[in-house]
Amino acid sequence: MLSVDVEKRLGEFSLTAKFETTGSVTALFGASGSGKTSIVNMIAGLIAPDRGRIALDDAVLFDSATRLNVPAHHRRIGYVFQEGRLFPHLTVAQNLDYGRWMGALPADAAERERIVALLDIGHLMSRRPGKLSGGERQRVAFGRALLMKPRLLLLDEPLASLDRARKLEILPYLARLRDEAKVPMIYVSHQAGEITRLASQVVRIEDGRVLAAGGLELLDAEVGH
Amino acid sequence: MFDLNPEEWTAVRLSLRIALVATIVSLPFGIAVAWVLARKDFWGKALLDGVIHLPLVLPPVVTGYLLLIWFGRRGPIGSFLDQTFGIVFSFRWTGAVLACGVMAFPLLVRAIRLSFEAIDRRLEDAASTLGASGLWTFLTVTLPLALPGIIAGMVLCFAKALGEFGATITFVSNIPGETQTISAAIYTLTQVPGGDAAAMRLVIVAIVIALAALVASEWFARRAGMRYHGD
Repeated sequence: MLSVDVEKRLGEFSLTAKFETTGSVTALFGASGSGKTSIVNMIAGLIAPDRGRIALDDAVLFDSATRLNVPAHHRRIGYVFQEGRLFPHLTVAQNLDYGRWMGALPADAAERERIVALLDIGHLMSRRPGKLSGGERQRVAFGRALLMKPRLLLLDEPLASLDRARKLEILPYLARLRDEAKVPMIYVSHQAGEITRLASQVVRIEDGRVLAAGGLELLDAEVGH
Repeated sequence: MFDLNPEEWTAVRLSLRIALVATIVSLPFGIAVAWVLARKDFWGKALLDGVIHLPLVLPPVVTGYLLLIWFGRRGPIGSFLDQTFGIVFSFRWTGAVLACGVMAFPLLVRAIRLSFEAIDRRLEDAASTLGASGLWTFLTVTLPLALPGIIAGMVLCFAKALGEFGATITFVSNIPGETQTISAAIYTLTQVPGGDAAAMRLVIVAIVIALAALVASEWFARRAGMRYHGD
């Protein structure tokens, strides 16, 4: 379970978010600019809240009261970015292994094979990201985040940079990840359609605050108004 | 025409050694300073930037004279290094390395700094979410991505060191076999009657070395660049 209770000022914009997640996939739903990415960046440890507390299961990641701020590289939270952010100087195989090297995790060939098969990226292993299509790149990014054995997976609009056909190509992989990878996920999107396919729980964000938290009924535009 | 006599060979070898050592010794400092200038904000940053670039705009003789005052045997830094570590710069080839290194340093730092600034820092964020500490992120992401700029900086540094004349001759003089580089040898040859042919031979050698360095850097940079755009 992830519990978030944070405040952050970003220039003129002020962000206040308080919610808890329990389901396997929780969607952060809201228009662009509503503060969704800032919230996941705080969960990942890439930016620090001004005040508040973030905890994952029984591990506190951030607590302004005790001045605790676990650095991003010790949080073991996987992050799939909108633009993939694969390392351009490494091959696909090296990108996939990066998290294992950095975390000094033991090699787990079976798990690697399973995820590679799940995402259907086995034929891309020796290529560099510059030679991949947008959809292939995102699939590798999913694999890279999963292979670090995260406690939580953050997906920040992972389909937003893809065209419609590519989105439809990727969505089934995401559904398989949800069902087979057994890692809780936070899925950020402004597309109700994607969320309906994947999530069970919705946190609706608007203008830097949580409008409501609950089930898929929150995707309805009228809620909260 | 191409039979270089032993003294000319000595000057060529010495030049290559001085330029190479100056480049290699400057490199870690250049990377550190470039990183600080590219990534950190601190009081006095403009001053540091200015001091590093000073040798580029000062007359080389001034730089050489300042080195002589500070790093000479009786200079404050020179006498300390002599007594503590036994390192002597004045009228030694090591002094030429120091002079060349100082003169070429701004070029080295500039090229590396630009390549650090061009790196997409979001890749570094991605590395940290994958468990890489700051140092590992630097070693596995930042440094490899800056490689084309680092190579370009090293070639510029090497070429500048190879051609350095004013600061070197002021600081460590023009001693055949110890501090007489190609440039200093050419200068000496043009000052004596009948030295023209020998001077011309060294001029050609200088051109060949400079061209080879440029071609090599182009090849390295292309190879490094290719790695990011395909396989």
